[in-house]
Amino acid sequence: MNYWQPPRIRIDAIAVWKRNIQVWRKLIGPAVLMNFGEPTLYLLGLGFGLGHFVGEMSGMPYLAFLASGIIASSAMTTATFEGMYSVYTRMDPQRTYEAIMATPLEVDDILAGEMLWCGTKSLFSGIAILLVASMLGVVSGWQALWVLPVVFLIGLCFAGMAMVMSAFATNYDFFNYYFVLAITPMFILCGVFYPIDSLPELAQAAVQLLPLTHAVALTRPLVAGGELTMPLLHIGVLGLYGFVGFYISVALVRKRLLV
Amino acid sequence: MEHIVSARGLVKQFGAYRAVDAVDFDIPRGSCFGFLGPNGAGKTTTLKMMLGLSPQMSGSLEVYGLQVSEQARQIRARTGVVPQADNLDPDFTVIENLKTYASYFGLKPAVVGDRLEALLDFAALQGRRDSKIHTLSGGMKRRLVIARALINQPEMVVLDEPTTGLDPQARHVIWSRLNDLKEQGTTLVLTTHYMEEAERLCDELVIMDQGRILAQGQPAALISCHVEPEVIELRGERSRPLGDVALRHGCRVERLGSSLYCYTDDSAPFVSELKQAEGLTFMHRPAGLEDVFLKLTGRELRD
Ligand SMILES: Nc1ncnc2c1ncn2[C@@H]1O[C@H](COP(=O)(O)OP(=O)(O)OP(=O)(O)O)[C@@H](O)[C@H]1O
Ligand SMILES: [Mg+2]
Repeated sequence: MNYWQPPRIRIDAIAVWKRNIQVWRKLIGPAVLMNFGEPTLYLLGLGFGLGHFVGEMSGMPYLAFLASGIIASSAMTTATFEGMYSVYTRMDPQRTYEAIMATPLEVDDILAGEMLWCGTKSLFSGIAILLVASMLGVVSGWQALWVLPVVFLIGLCFAGMAMVMSAFATNYDFFNYYFVLAITPMFILCGVFYPIDSLPELAQAAVQLLPLTHAVALTRPLVAGGELTMPLLHIGVLGLYGFVGFYISVALVRKRLLV
Repeated sequence: MEHIVSARGLVKQFGAYRAVDAVDFDIPRGSCFGFLGPNGAGKTTTLKMMLGLSPQMSGSLEVYGLQVSEQARQIRARTGVVPQADNLDPDFTVIENLKTYASYFGLKPAVVGDRLEALLDFAALQGRRDSKIHTLSGGMKRRLVIARALINQPEMVVLDEPTTGLDPQARHVIWSRLNDLKEQGTTLVLTTHYMEEAERLCDELVIMDQGRILAQGQPAALISCHVEPEVIELRGERSRPLGDVALRHGCRVERLGSSLYCYTDDSAPFVSELKQAEGLTFMHRPAGLEDVFLKLTGRELRD
């Protein structure tokens, strides 16, 4: 069997997405609390606390700067957690995939469904942050709603990469590497807390290769106002990371489960 | 007779080890077909290949007349699967497990509504419909897994050790359910270590060991073909010198530790001699599938 045969995307994937949303609905209370609680804490704590000293950044109030970046980084962490811990749990200890693979669904469908679900969770977190930010008066107008499809795309992008990690993982500790080596650096370096042009030049060029940079480049102008530059490039980078991640994860999970 | 599954020269290799080694078999539609074999014989691997869940290395494998390597999805849509270890969804209740599984087959809730109730009855789990999976007993879980395998009204159900680890009551319930299914015309394919299970359920079976099929046929035919009809079992120190006596009476003798198994076509002379020995206990019984199994696969431990 050729594990690297391109994945097929079928409507069947929706069944996996539905499974996940049904489980999520059972714990909707804590889930929604998390969606609102964490960003609120960041925005109030950092936005007001730090913002008091910083004042303006890139020509906007620090709270607006931060909110428009956090919406991207939250989408990243939400999809990453789901694509690693939850996907791995269902794939390995819980053997949910084994059960699903005895039906007409294939690895392609399962991971496509998982990826959609990661995007959906990122979307939920994006909606929550947008609401909190607008209550704090830092959303520039109705055009900010365009950030929601973007947040969904950011979720897909990071889900793809997280699922690659899940496919390699043999235990949960493995995920620490990815957090330390990929997610945390992006969180700190990609323009969520300060503009990337304050980085050394070499670093500025390097962060252009990272997807979170492109995610923030889309969410900041959409949420806080300002000119959207090269949107197709940013969308393309996110889409490419997501697609390559999906492809690799499908191949690796096929190799792992179809033995 | 029409064959629902046909395998020719089927091979599966893990590294250098051949888990399934050029196996041929045909499963007649509507029958109950068994794979018997010690641990590691290759039973699970064979079943997984039939479902397209373990890519075959060489040989041909057809299910419902379709090539598994080409049309595994279509095959699985028409098949029910009971895996060796339960993999119910722990995030859901009993009834939600059935509903969710139906959705993987693309079955709409309106279509499966009545089916769900019938399956809960079948599994005798009406009273537990809203229970979490981890609160179920082993027997309940197994019944639910079997019910789940029927959600798509399969033509064939593949069961990997359906009753391993269950108490006698639970096993009898499952056997009677499987018999019901067979009577409705569903083809059953099962693996088992229990000879009693194979003798009760299977119309035809194969005995596998180390990836090869050692014997194939109906249970009664296998017994009459491979072993003598009667067995005398002797245990303990006192049986030691009796091996020679058994041989003198024309028995075929197998030893395991201090036990003797004496196989014979005519037990009367040996038994009457044993009866004269005072205080000796022995067991005299007709030969069964287990004797065939042990004769073909040997008595040593496997892994
Ligand atoms: N993924 C794998 N990688 C390597 N070897 C494997 C793999 N799966 C199975 N095997 C080996 O293939 C052989 C057959 O395994 P299989 O699970 O088919 O046996 P089985 O007859 O179902 O045994 P049991 O009665 O213990 O369930 C065993 O020796 C097993 O160790
Ligand atoms: Mg097995």
